[in-house]
Amino acid sequence: MTDGSTPPRFIPDRLRTRKTRILHSWEILLLAVAIAIFVINSLASPYFLNAWNLSDATFNFTEKAMIAFAMALLIISGEIDLSVAAIIALASTAMGFAAQYGAGTPELVAIGLVVGLLCGVFNAIFVTILGLPSIVVTIGTMSLFRGISYIVLGDEAFRGYPASFAWFGQGYLFWVFTVELALFAVIAVIYGVLLHKTNFGRAIYAIGNNPTAALFSGIRVQRVKFILFLLTGLMSGVAAICLTSRLGSTRPSIAQGMELEVVTMVVLGGVSILGGSGSIPGVVIAAFVMGLVTFGLGLLNVPGIVMSIFIGLLLIGVIALPRLWTMAAAKRGRT
Amino acid sequence: MLSRLIPVRETILGAAILALLLLIASRFSGFVAPANLLNVFNDTAPLIILALGQMVVILTRCIDLSVAANLALTGMAVAMLNVAMPGLPIPVIIAVAIGLGAVMGAINGLLVWKLMIPPIVVTLGTMAVFRGIIFLISDGKWVNAHEMSDAFTGFPRAVILGLPVLSWVALLTVAIFGIMMSRTALGRSIFAVGGNPDAAVYTGIDVGRVKFLAFVLSGALAGLTGYLWVARYAVAYVDIAGGFELEVVAACVIGGISIAGGIGSVGGAVLGALFLGVIKNALPVINISPFWQLAISGSAILIAVAFNARSGKTKGRIILKSAEASE
Repeated sequence: MTDGSTPPRFIPDRLRTRKTRILHSWEILLLAVAIAIFVINSLASPYFLNAWNLSDATFNFTEKAMIAFAMALLIISGEIDLSVAAIIALASTAMGFAAQYGAGTPELVAIGLVVGLLCGVFNAIFVTILGLPSIVVTIGTMSLFRGISYIVLGDEAFRGYPASFAWFGQGYLFWVFTVELALFAVIAVIYGVLLHKTNFGRAIYAIGNNPTAALFSGIRVQRVKFILFLLTGLMSGVAAICLTSRLGSTRPSIAQGMELEVVTMVVLGGVSILGGSGSIPGVVIAAFVMGLVTFGLGLLNVPGIVMSIFIGLLLIGVIALPRLWTMAAAKRGRT
Repeated sequence: MLSRLIPVRETILGAAILALLLLIASRFSGFVAPANLLNVFNDTAPLIILALGQMVVILTRCIDLSVAANLALTGMAVAMLNVAMPGLPIPVIIAVAIGLGAVMGAINGLLVWKLMIPPIVVTLGTMAVFRGIIFLISDGKWVNAHEMSDAFTGFPRAVILGLPVLSWVALLTVAIFGIMMSRTALGRSIFAVGGNPDAAVYTGIDVGRVKFLAFVLSGALAGLTGYLWVARYAVAYVDIAGGFELEVVAACVIGGISIAGGIGSVGGAVLGALFLGVIKNALPVINISPFWQLAISGSAILIAVAFNARSGKTKGRIILKSAEASE
């Protein structure tokens, strides 16, 4: 009980039955929290239970959640990418730059995706080929990518995106369902299948739990990690398209600090920051929890900076409370 | 082997800073005038102080991302204290700042020590919480120069023996940390905990407690810097030093402190901070837009970490992986 970085791995004598496993799972706990927040919100504000308001509320988390899915895979594999918000800034700047020269919507989308992908490759080369710690590399690239945006833009802003480009961030598919929400759902399913139903997904868990054992069982550890960084970059590109389209302008400070919210979302979703465990449904519920909290507090006129207190406490609380609980239970068991 | 490597790394970094200065001097000789260099040092002093605190935390295999928020909260608290009680002597203000910072560091440390929550998660959380609390206590308002007492704003700028107090505080911190890391049991156990936590347990070191103390040290220095920062710039608001935590981590990484723990030195942290300080101050002189600074420090981090990893590749094999530490 001395070293915080390596908690003992608990191996039970008997596996839990399916029913108790579901009841004890993180996702159920989180779902209960989400429902509680939903009920409290609808009691606290008369404006909450309105389809259009709720639809607007989804913008609070859809863009972050798109990145969070890829980030979840990356964190499960034992790495992290803190440069995602900076990738958004760079991709958005590139799109804005192209828009000045009259690029149409398809070109802009392609540019956003390619820049995101290239940034992911850049991170991946440093981490997987040079073997450097991802946290330092991505702190470095975070400054570098956003720094390039600042060099290009300074204190200016890019505007003048084509009208059809607004579809991604402001369009509706039908009734109150936004394009972003649909994109969020599709991406969630893709990543859910990728992580939980494919060999690739099993490889990610294996790497996160024990990279050496994974290597000895024939998994190409560095290649899997390379792909994960690439995916995170790509998703940042997708988020950049949505965010730029929604805001209609690009400043170098776009999405500042979003990496922390993305990591918070992933950890809140039950993904172990030490790697090796976590699930996509957990991240989906965490996205809703964070979206509902910020939206509910917003309706009550709570300023954004105060919401960050709730998010911070939520992040620490959801990890601390179960640990306090088991510690208390262990103490009771001993005496 | 390792002890011989560390001075090499510092010499190279020192040489890089010198080369940088020479390069600037070749075009703009005024930059290397002693008076200007002292200015650069004074300007870098907060970064140096914070980098030392961060160094201790990183050496124990942790990271403290809450330092800038801690700095801002302490700065706001002492500024409001000064407005409420203008007669309060400066030593009391400093004691309050260090104490408050240490308490915030202790919160981080306790969560890491007692609840074994990964440091990056803890400090991401407390970073957001501390920033939010500044808004709550200040109601989003600024504390401006005219509201602060002259003694409060004058202290870091007072000149003693040709150097402002701010510079002296940095030098004093460097001296204290130099002695602490090399001559005290705490300093050595910080290296031991980061170098090999399992071996540290066998030698009777309480790994969690050392991490806790590292966070308290980092917090206390952040608190001290909070007062100095607010007094020097004579303004306190919610967003001061926003994003500064990354610059602090960058200074450590450039200074050769391994994020994997156990490797690093006081000299390295100071040089890393000075490197960033020289760049920051040189850009306007050589007529490059300050907007380049972020990209340059990002590149510097990448180059430094790639370089340091190459020189530190000779690692032994861990045979007893977390055998006893997990008990």
